[in-house]
Amino acid sequence: MTLKTWRELPIGCVVSEPGSASEYHTGSWRSQRPIWNDTKCIKCGICYVFCPEGCVQQTEEGFFKANMDYCKGCGICAHECWPRAIKMVEEG
Amino acid sequence: MGKRIGMEVAVAVAEAVGLCNIDMAAVYPITPQSHIAEHLSDLVADGHIDCEFVTVESEHSAMSAVIGASGAGARSYTATSSQGLMLMHELLPIASAMRLPIVMGIANRAVSGPLNILNDHSDIMPQRDAGWIALFVENAQEAVDLSIAAFKIAEHKDVMLPVSVNIDGFQLTHMVEPFEMPTQEEVNEFLPPFVPHATLHPSKPVTMGAFAMSDYFTEIMKAKDEAVKASKKVIQQVFDEWGEKFGRPYKLVETYKADDADVMMLTMGSMGETAQMAIDELRAKGVKAGLVKLRLWRPFPFEELKAVIGNAKKLIVTDRACSFGGPGGPVFSEIKSALYAEARRPLIYNYIIGLGGRDVQVKEFVGMFENVLADTANKAADTYEFWGVRE
Repeated sequence: MTLKTWRELPIGCVVSEPGSASEYHTGSWRSQRPIWNDTKCIKCGICYVFCPEGCVQQTEEGFFKANMDYCKGCGICAHECWPRAIKMVEEG
Repeated sequence: MGKRIGMEVAVAVAEAVGLCNIDMAAVYPITPQSHIAEHLSDLVADGHIDCEFVTVESEHSAMSAVIGASGAGARSYTATSSQGLMLMHELLPIASAMRLPIVMGIANRAVSGPLNILNDHSDIMPQRDAGWIALFVENAQEAVDLSIAAFKIAEHKDVMLPVSVNIDGFQLTHMVEPFEMPTQEEVNEFLPPFVPHATLHPSKPVTMGAFAMSDYFTEIMKAKDEAVKASKKVIQQVFDEWGEKFGRPYKLVETYKADDADVMMLTMGSMGETAQMAIDELRAKGVKAGLVKLRLWRPFPFEELKAVIGNAKKLIVTDRACSFGGPGGPVFSEIKSALYAEARRPLIYNYIIGLGGRDVQVKEFVGMFENVLADTANKAADTYEFWGVRE
């Protein structure tokens, strides 16, 4: 995303495109990422329920993964996952 | 042409605002602004103006309400004073950042503590960096004229910024003065309808006042600074239009007998007229005294100020507030800073005067001039003094 100069900002910084926040990829803040172990996963969906970003999605097979554009690596999914199928791994 | 009438200034301000086709007002009463709140609510309640008067429980809510209303595209007005302005403080930079052309009357009053309801400028000075245009008036006519002109300045497409009209509490708000009230037709001709830069409307959803991180914050602050600076040109333009239409021209920096002055005084607000009388007395004694009256506080009129200071050898800056432990009064600091780079600049003296409503008489202004003229060794230059303080 090219950053605007001060001259290019709309007056009062009004955001005129609804939903444009989805273009802001907050996943760049992440220092750890969740890795799912599908052999331990029982597809209960607790990670999906607890993710504060709403970035956990269910795959066609019924397992779960996070959208890395928005996952901030908070670790709440791993903390809540009682079969311990999610491990937080340091970002390279 | 409007009729010449006598009226209490606070009531006159409410009448003037009532001529501006405002859509919304949220004014929480506070002494000495209360008569603006009361009279404006009367005008609405009695059906004289078609306006939504939002009764709020505090000044914080009043400012929040006008921000929301202005965002929705309503011409919005509020007024406050002292502690009320301090309570609004948090919201003032938000209104300017969102570029909402709100107009606010401020009945300037000392800030507590100790509690004091009388006039000085300690309420407006802490709001200096809020990004609002700040105008000062010195009599009923100016209070009426600029309360109307403020809407045209604020809503100009090249400005879109909130404006405060500073009216000395009691000294002005509670005086009954003669002045000319413009007619509704004249104000309608002068003030075009408000065209907002964006509105909160479901047919075209927008976000106002969104979050910004370090990647944009600097650019946003720069844009705001440029907007406030650029408003100066429009302010003079609107003053000129006012002068043409009503025969009462205004300047960003006003002067009185300043052209050939050796020693000058600078005032803001209602004390300018008392100082003028002192200038007349001094002139009668052969002293080349002159007066500079700062009408525009933000954006600061650097060039206009330098132009009127001219070749004066000494400049007395009067302050109606103190910057405790700082370099002197806030106006003094500003003037010193404005003249710092000038090769030829006057010696600057600072008197902090009229705090908490203390009267400053003509003879006292004369006394300030006499003190400064007696300082032949320039020992008191660049220092500040609480005028009339009991030692």
